[in-house]
Amino acid sequence: MTRQPFLRPWVLSAPGISLFVCMLLVPLALTAVLSFNAFDHVTGIKNQWTIEHYLTIVTDPYYHGIFWRTFWVSCLTALLCMVIGVPEAYILSRMSNPWRSIFLLVLLAPLLVSVVVRSFGWSILLGPQSILHSLFDAIGVGPVKILYTESAIIIGLVHVMLPFMVIPVWTSLQKLDPEVQNAALSLSATPLTTMRRIILPQIMPGVLSGSLIVFGLSASSFVIPGLLGGRRLKMVATIVYDEYMHELNWPFGAAVALILLSVNLIIMVTYNRMVEGRYKKSMG
Amino acid sequence: MKKNGLLALSFNAIVIIFMLAPLVIVCLVAFTPGMTLSVPTSGFSLRWFKAVFAHSDLIQSFKNSLWLGFFSASIATLIAVPAGLATTRFSFPGREFINGVFLSPLMIPHLVLGVALLRMFSLVGATGSFIWLTFAHVMIITPYVLRLVIAATVGFDQSCEHAAKSLGANNFTVFRRITLPMILPGITGGWLLAFINSFDEVTMSIFVTSPSTVTLPVRMYMYATESIDPLMAAASALIVGFTLFVMVLIDRIYGLDKMLVGGK
Repeated sequence: MTRQPFLRPWVLSAPGISLFVCMLLVPLALTAVLSFNAFDHVTGIKNQWTIEHYLTIVTDPYYHGIFWRTFWVSCLTALLCMVIGVPEAYILSRMSNPWRSIFLLVLLAPLLVSVVVRSFGWSILLGPQSILHSLFDAIGVGPVKILYTESAIIIGLVHVMLPFMVIPVWTSLQKLDPEVQNAALSLSATPLTTMRRIILPQIMPGVLSGSLIVFGLSASSFVIPGLLGGRRLKMVATIVYDEYMHELNWPFGAAVALILLSVNLIIMVTYNRMVEGRYKKSMG
Repeated sequence: MKKNGLLALSFNAIVIIFMLAPLVIVCLVAFTPGMTLSVPTSGFSLRWFKAVFAHSDLIQSFKNSLWLGFFSASIATLIAVPAGLATTRFSFPGREFINGVFLSPLMIPHLVLGVALLRMFSLVGATGSFIWLTFAHVMIITPYVLRLVIAATVGFDQSCEHAAKSLGANNFTVFRRITLPMILPGITGGWLLAFINSFDEVTMSIFVTSPSTVTLPVRMYMYATESIDPLMAAASALIVGFTLFVMVLIDRIYGLDKMLVGGK
């Protein structure tokens, strides 16, 4: 480019920026205001200011339970995705084509299939008349109730989130220089030591960013707890839905949603800082 | 490098089965002749597929989803192409800011976007409007198109543009004859990715659709929370088939692995 006009990039991105202001910033600001509005079940949203919604969430043990469940379910999902996704990506990276591309596609392509379809599939698999249950019967475990428990939610979440773990790990595995591994092996390091000292430190940023994405998406997931958790097992997202659609208590729902958003953002930002800081230090 | 051992291969097999199991079971159950959600053992039947096509609500919401995906992906592309060129071709103060703005919908849970838009729509009287719903979808899918447009613009040789310029082509001609054809695979790939993301979106849409604009996944979610029967399995199997079709298109035009793993 010979000329660097100052205005042109802004003109080019103006449609996008105005869209984001109208459809993102304004609605979020309105919701923040709404969460401080008083509400009563007879007259609806009132034009008075209050922080009672936030106080209720902070003091009522019922909501503590829901936030706690959402937190540990998301942590466990992230952990399971790490335990399954990292070795799986590593195994795939050691395969040769065509198997490597085929398995990678099978692993990632479910991302494009509607999450409703996938959770419906799990509700058939985990339901009372399923193959899995006859399997449990056959080995003599007896009837195990999985559907509508936390286990069902976690199984569904791991299935949906696994690609988000595999992608960053796979990307960092692709950047590895195989010569470094060969060097370690030729200096008589065992495969385990090579794994621990050479491979893992290099793919750690990928593993950490993957687990962060998985945690964030799980904490706000709605369809899976809705379909696999049933009516009684609530998570934060399903509570927000109930407040909006059944209780019609929008201000309270807005307060819950905003707490979810801020906790999510805070965790992401601090985690990012931590990871970046450590990574910079160890890389000099 | 060492080959995978037996243990590694069986681990891989289990993970692959785990990933495919729910999709396979849905497609099998869809062919059941019975009334319950069971894998057909005595014979296959198409009765539940016929039931899907006779179910006017499902068909209506499928049409809604198609139109919504088509319009929102097209508008998102119109927004993302100039924005992608702006952030890759120019270095200017505020570039990082624009990038951040465009990627922000990926940071915010769809649930929060849903309730926020519901509030705004109810204040401006837009509940149930197809146009506003379309723009809500445009916002969440623009980042996907942008990512592919940026990958396409970063990865190409600018000397062709310089050559065209030095031969006296004006800016618009350069864009139309050189830049656009070269980044076209990225644009079409981005359009398809945006389309499928709009087509699959549930969590935000469930808040901002009305009975007349309800999309297919939202309708199916509602249906599944109330009753579970093979009709849902047949509809799901059709969605799986439709998604496969779009995947093949993406693969032919852009390369599915390249798109899923990230622009390289």
